[in-house]
Amino acid sequence: MLICEAGDSLSRFFHTTRKVGKRMAASPRAPHAPQPDSPAKQRKLERRSLIKKDLKRNKFIYLLALPIIAYYGIFHYGPMYGLLMAFKDFSIADGIWGSRWIGFDHFENFFNSYYFGRLIRNTILINIYELLFAFPAPILLALLLNEIRGRIFKRTVQTISYLPHFISIVVVVGMMFDFLARDGLINQLLGFFGIDSIPFMSEPGWFRTLFVGSGIWQGLGWGSIIYLAAIATIDPTLYEAAKMDGAGRFKQVLHITIPGIMPTIVIMFILNMGSMMSVGSEKVLLMYSPLTYETADVISTFVYRRGVLDSDYGFTTAVGLFNSIVSFILLVASNTISKRVSEHKLW
Amino acid sequence: MKTTIGEKCFVAVNTLFMLLLCFVTLYPFIYVFFASLSNPAALASHRGLLLLPLDLNMNAYKAVFDNPMITTGYRNTIFYVVCGTAINLLLTALGAYVLSRRNLYFKNMLMLLIVITMFFGGGLIPTYLLINKLGMLNSVWALLIPGAISTFNMIIMRTGFQAVPISLEESARMDGANDLVILFRIIIPLSMPVIAVMILWYAVGHWNSYFSALIYLRDRELFPLQLVLREILITNSTDSMMTDAGAQDRIAIAETIKYATIIVSTLPILLLYPFLQKYFVKGVLIGAIKE
Repeated sequence: MLICEAGDSLSRFFHTTRKVGKRMAASPRAPHAPQPDSPAKQRKLERRSLIKKDLKRNKFIYLLALPIIAYYGIFHYGPMYGLLMAFKDFSIADGIWGSRWIGFDHFENFFNSYYFGRLIRNTILINIYELLFAFPAPILLALLLNEIRGRIFKRTVQTISYLPHFISIVVVVGMMFDFLARDGLINQLLGFFGIDSIPFMSEPGWFRTLFVGSGIWQGLGWGSIIYLAAIATIDPTLYEAAKMDGAGRFKQVLHITIPGIMPTIVIMFILNMGSMMSVGSEKVLLMYSPLTYETADVISTFVYRRGVLDSDYGFTTAVGLFNSIVSFILLVASNTISKRVSEHKLW
Repeated sequence: MKTTIGEKCFVAVNTLFMLLLCFVTLYPFIYVFFASLSNPAALASHRGLLLLPLDLNMNAYKAVFDNPMITTGYRNTIFYVVCGTAINLLLTALGAYVLSRRNLYFKNMLMLLIVITMFFGGGLIPTYLLINKLGMLNSVWALLIPGAISTFNMIIMRTGFQAVPISLEESARMDGANDLVILFRIIIPLSMPVIAVMILWYAVGHWNSYFSALIYLRDRELFPLQLVLREILITNSTDSMMTDAGAQDRIAIAETIKYATIIVSTLPILLLYPFLQKYFVKGVLIGAIKE
């Protein structure tokens, strides 16, 4: 997984800095130095000359890096600086720095507000449903696709199943509104079986099912690619050996294929945990209406309404920050647990 | 090897399941396509699945193409896709090149600072206020610049660049080539598969995105197609398109106009998709290879 590479770079970074430190501490001092510097000072000097040499040799590359550094500085670290607003009584006229500090007032307001329980419940429930249904679905599809022997048939199914991934979310939700309307296609079909028409899109009880269900429809095929790739790397001799031992197809899947793709599954699971708190607000925003807020309103849509539409900037920044911190903790926690339990990890 | 009855059953059920999956995936598009070509009145009284257009009729498409909102939206979207993807590619390639350099003292630190942004960020409101402060609100720049680099894509591209043999680069350097020449004349031409994948991913992303336009744009003249679609499909405003229809016909034709808009906005992707599919998949697999 690409992300593991990113994770690798995290651990590599910490690792190399530590190593460099050790090596430099251990390096023998020049014996004929007139006034031996303290080790710390010498380390500093050594490092400075290293940097100087590097800057000289790679000056053109650093020049090329400038736009990239500027981009990340402005558009990624700039908003992080803006997080200060969460602790301030922010007003546009005073700016971020000039506004009055108010400590954790925004957070307290949020935790005590009427919406807090509802937002947390909706956000977490949608994610739990996704974990239960949308997460295993592509794995299952990959396992089933792998059992298909006809190559052309397999390719066709794959091609068709990837397609919805490229359709815009606006079109997908638009089609849902149309097909699931009171007199829409689904209700017409239900009518043939004598079932009364159901107001799917305005019924709070249906929201989670529709959200997760349409997510599976759109992402099933695309999600299976990564598992199919993992299956393709399994050593074929393992299957030969299993056949010799008399294992049937089901046993082969259970004892070879699934263990073979386990690392991929675990990595995907950890990533999923990391996004536990960030339900795709772009889709909820299109799907929900005041009628379904009760089950549909999640943290990110609340931030959009109160922040962008009602200009309550300080408060919603605090809500957003709370959300990011919980996500980050979940990501780190699931990685740590997985490291203990299974040795598979992101970093 | 002999197949058991159980295995035969499994193969049959599995095949059936795959056929069902194909049907469920494709039929909504087929229905929309047939419905868009149907006579509004006939469609309104029809129940159940459509197997062919009812009473072939192109009026919905005429209404769609006569609508200035949709044509402007189309033009705007093409502009955002072309310019946005160009900016994306330039900056992503630059970043990937820098990160693919060996022996760069600050590389690990740079990488760390970039990777952090994949897991933690300022969030919606601080970003919104920043864009506001930079004066990009209600301008095309708000859709082009803030998302100029996808960190994920940049790391994929870096992995692609690292696969270029270093000997080629060294001999070019002997001949006096500088980094820009090496990037544009050697590394990029030799990494065309990755570049192709990036073009496709970024372009599809721009084509389909609506959220940044929703928060940053006020001026309707700048709206991309997806935002216009949102109004037509979800907030239900097809009225402007039917100036010369009676109240009864309005409701009926509104339906077919919706279907026609879906087709018109999705057609480019649907037509290109079969040819580009292998590149999309390749991209996922490049990303899946661990260094």
